[in-house]
Amino acid sequence: MTTTTKPTVVLVGYGMVGHRFLEALADTGTADRFRVVVLAEEPRPAYDRVALTSYFSGKTPEDLLLGEPGFLDTHGFELHLNSPVAEIDRAGRTVTTAAGHTVAYDTLVLATGSYPFVPPVDGKDADGCFVYRTIEDLHAIEAYAAGRKVGAVVGGGLLGLEAAGALKGLGLETHVVEFAPRLMPVQVDEGGGEALRRTIEEMGVTVHTGVGTNAIVVTDGAATGMTFTNGQRIDTDLVVFSAGVRPRDQLARDCGLTVGERGGIAVDALCKTSDDAVYAIGECALAVDGRVYGLVAPGYEMATTVAQQLAGQAAKEFTGADLSTKLKLLGVDVASFGDAFGTTPGALDVVYSDSRSGIYKKLVVTPEGALLGGILIGDAEAYSSLRPLTGTGTPLPVPAESLVLPAGLGAPVSLGSSALPDDAVVCNCHNVTKGAVRAAVTDHQCTTVPEVKKCTKAGTGCGSCIKLLSTIVTDELEASGVEVDKGLCPCFAHTRAELYEIVRVKRIATHRQLLAEHGRLSGEGCEVCKPTVGSIIASLAPELPASGHILDGEQAALQDTNDHFLANIQKNGSYSVVPRIPGGEITPEKLIVIGEVARDFGLYTKITGGQRIDLFGAAVDQLPLIWSRLVAAGFESGHAYGKSLRTVKSCVGSTWCRYGVQDSVAMAIHLELRYRGLRSPHKLKSAVSGCARECAEARGKDFGVIATSNGWNLYVGGNGGATPRHADLLAQDLTDEELIRLIDRFLMFYIRTADRLERTSAWLERIDGGLEHVRQVVVEDSLGIADDLEALMARHVDDYQDEWAATLADQDRLQRFVSFVNAPGVPDPSIRFTPERDQVKPDLGVLATAEDLLATLSADLLEIR
Amino acid sequence: MTTVTATARVELQTPEGWVAVCDRDRLTPGRGVAVLLPDGSQAAVFTDRQGGLYAVANRDPFTGAYVLSRGLLGSTPEGRVYIASPLLKQRFDLSTGECLDDPAVSIAVHSARLG
Ligand code: SRM
Ligand SMILES: Cc1cc2nc3c(=O)[nH]c(=O)nc-3n(C[C@H](O)[C@H](O)[C@H](O)COP(=O)(O)OP(=O)(O)OC[C@H]3O[C@@H](n4cnc5c(N)ncnc54)[C@H](O)[C@@H]3O)c2cc1C
Ligand code: SF4
Ligand code: FES
Repeated sequence: MTTTTKPTVVLVGYGMVGHRFLEALADTGTADRFRVVVLAEEPRPAYDRVALTSYFSGKTPEDLLLGEPGFLDTHGFELHLNSPVAEIDRAGRTVTTAAGHTVAYDTLVLATGSYPFVPPVDGKDADGCFVYRTIEDLHAIEAYAAGRKVGAVVGGGLLGLEAAGALKGLGLETHVVEFAPRLMPVQVDEGGGEALRRTIEEMGVTVHTGVGTNAIVVTDGAATGMTFTNGQRIDTDLVVFSAGVRPRDQLARDCGLTVGERGGIAVDALCKTSDDAVYAIGECALAVDGRVYGLVAPGYEMATTVAQQLAGQAAKEFTGADLSTKLKLLGVDVASFGDAFGTTPGALDVVYSDSRSGIYKKLVVTPEGALLGGILIGDAEAYSSLRPLTGTGTPLPVPAESLVLPAGLGAPVSLGSSALPDDAVVCNCHNVTKGAVRAAVTDHQCTTVPEVKKCTKAGTGCGSCIKLLSTIVTDELEASGVEVDKGLCPCFAHTRAELYEIVRVKRIATHRQLLAEHGRLSGEGCEVCKPTVGSIIASLAPELPASGHILDGEQAALQDTNDHFLANIQKNGSYSVVPRIPGGEITPEKLIVIGEVARDFGLYTKITGGQRIDLFGAAVDQLPLIWSRLVAAGFESGHAYGKSLRTVKSCVGSTWCRYGVQDSVAMAIHLELRYRGLRSPHKLKSAVSGCARECAEARGKDFGVIATSNGWNLYVGGNGGATPRHADLLAQDLTDEELIRLIDRFLMFYIRTADRLERTSAWLERIDGGLEHVRQVVVEDSLGIADDLEALMARHVDDYQDEWAATLADQDRLQRFVSFVNAPGVPDPSIRFTPERDQVKPDLGVLATAEDLLATLSADLLEIR
Repeated sequence: MTTVTATARVELQTPEGWVAVCDRDRLTPGRGVAVLLPDGSQAAVFTDRQGGLYAVANRDPFTGAYVLSRGLLGSTPEGRVYIASPLLKQRFDLSTGECLDDPAVSIAVHSARLG
């Protein structure tokens, strides 16, 4: 529409590096000097390819998108999706898309990435053969895997193992076939490959190394197996090729730009190709050091180099990069950095290897003790502090041996962030130095890690540097005299765990007393500390002692609205009612009662995700009426409102299921009844499956139980929700009694030490020593507190009473269930419903304007009590 | 027989004058109750730990729901007493009606006294 005299920059390829180029251009502040046209082959804007596999653990394609919403519009960048470029005319300075659309350029930036290499074996194009590079590939793999049993990955490198993890996650029996004699041959040495292999095999992935793929066996057009160069054959329904990548340089070849002998668009240190008007960056480029970099960090550096040149600023040359990586492959930490193979003349190794637990650590040092590189498998904690020290030439501050020995075997050493020089690169992905992070704190007033991330971009790539980032930020704040506030809220300088100890030891039974004696503010308290302290008092009630009913005395004033009305508030101010249905098992009679209650009170009824039934739309005054019917029929509160035990889901188990090996329903009911009513830092969920098929989804729960032919396996720290996490195995083949003892201890230890609103998953990842520490405390009783924890739980079980039955039995507690204290019996006029699919839904129209509801009331309606 | 002192009553100021709404005993420090006023409007009445008495409109302006009486009371480090909405947790100063989390929003405040 408008004619422009601005020079046009055309970017071909909108992947990770292309996106970084646009960001870097925006950062220079000169984006508005250009017309920028982005031609992208994929159907969606740039996304985080590095995190591709997280799609299988619940990330949506939208979650993976890069850049803030509105980023392109803010800077006026024009994006054309589904527009692959088919031709470059260098003489005429135009590019033409496959659809025939031609765009003229002044500067052309190629960021076309790479394509997966598929070895030329017979049958490679059959149905069921895939590659692993784009979201579309994942969609296709996922759809094809449904209902199929076996999958094989060709290639045991970094990407191959990611793909294997994905196939495993899709429930397939998984094989990995690697031509080299070990897994991840590029990153790890023989010892590391062996440790990796053992751990990965333990997860049930079958590893074939030292064999090539001969052919894909095809039946009726679809893959059904594969044969190896050693003559062996396996059956498989699906094959993912992950045998390396090749630069996408065809466009460049076709228009006569110089390309490398083994591929890649040749560029100089400023990323310029053999044509001055054309740059190439990222995985499609052959850098000046003769390498094609298959990692994102070097690509980001190239992107910055080109953006700076366009902006007319001094550009940092790209002459090569570090190939350090840290990954979590199939849950195993793998890190490799610097001169990992010890090729520097005179290099020495320090190796620790424990094949039993799959740990392998190697550091490569100079004779003087300066760090050159290393490999860490199974435990890569030290990566973020070691990598920045690599190649600095200064001897390590502690002997290298002490850095590879596991805690407990040697004197514990940690390299504090103070060991790092300012020019050490802390975040590899964005090339951010420790000095830049410190400056964010001292010069830009950042006081939290999220602020520092925003300010420096550090930590926004692979995320492996975040732990180090947070120590640097904390150290820096403390050094500048800023107290890092770990307090629960403005009222208390203590954490929740500290308050728990104070309440327990001093037997303080009210928030008022706790605030007066231990608060940093006097006053009312706040909506954060009140429910938190209320929950601590409820957890410890029998010990303090305090009333075991949360609506007694001061406790009533501390509860959030849900606990206060023993129901869940909904958007129009009505409440939902969830009776407990232990283990999801229910008699027809009880189902009929629920149906009758719902019908009589006009409640919207829905089966929840927790194997029980939710009744919505009750007004405050109806709650006691509804519950008196439910209690009479033998129902109890389901605590859907509390930070407490929700449901223990079950599968049908050995009673009916042909595969079941234990009675999962009986165990689920037993657990649900044992822990019902237990107040905790966050909600608690559980499930019991009758065999390894795991129909109850126990590994998505805070504590999950899976039957084995010898008893029960206990898993802890699972989570659904926004950040799903599979629970970790805590102990195996337990008897009923052992299982319950360990769960008692686990829950009480969690309640004692977790932060407010910290699910067991986040707690397990946060606390020092993680799962191993919890195992020591809970299974081995390393702190000698197991008896106390069990005794606390026993008191809880003895003291349990149904909150609703106890409320109905007490006039004082019942008194608060009125809509209007001066007009009992008058229904709240704002709570109205409209029909939907044969039930009701809230009428939100009546809430839109306050005046509509006004209707003068006759004075005698308003009585004073 | 000795005379029993009647418990104090909470009264709110309305266009119709002071209206008694409930006995003081019905208020739990730190929590509220909802009351219906003669014109059909709803107010939320609170008392804090110091015995202060507060009344505001019961409607949560962020959601339109009549629920503020069911929130929790708190005080800021400066000592401003507020109610946190039970729905999306925005806080409103009980003396001025100002929303502490969004200065563009406020709620009506009623004068309250013990009669
Ligand atoms: C009713 C139900 C949805 C349904 O219709 O199925 C539901 C409804 C709510 N969920 Fe849920 N969740 C329900 C099952 C689940 C499940 C599935 C499960 O339990 O197996 C999950 C994932 C599993 C998990 O928690 O790990 C789930 C993960 C969440 C989360 C995210 C938790 C997390 O750690 O990320 C929240 C938010 C929170 O708690 O902070 C949440 C919060 C909520 C709240 C309480 C939000 C709120 O404050 O209004 C919803 C109100 C319940 C109500 O009004 O009754 N709900 N919610 C389900 C009730 C189950 C039950 O019978 O008790
Ligand atoms: C599963 C997986 C895990 C990975 N893990 C890591 C990791 O842990 N660490 C790490 O550093 N790296 C990792 N990588 C590699 C990393 O993703 C790449 O290095 C990075 O994406 C390279 O960015 P790029 O922009 O050069 O290429 P890409 O991100 O591939 O983007 C290139 C884009 O150009 C488009 N394109 C190609 N030709 C044309 C054309 N003619 N016209 C228009 N558009 C075109 C493509 O469709 C693509 O969208 C991983 C890769 C995968 C697949
Ligand atoms: S988990 Fe096992 S026992 Fe339970 S229903 Fe599924 S297959 Fe049957
Ligand atoms: S090193 Fe990857 S985000 Fe910092």
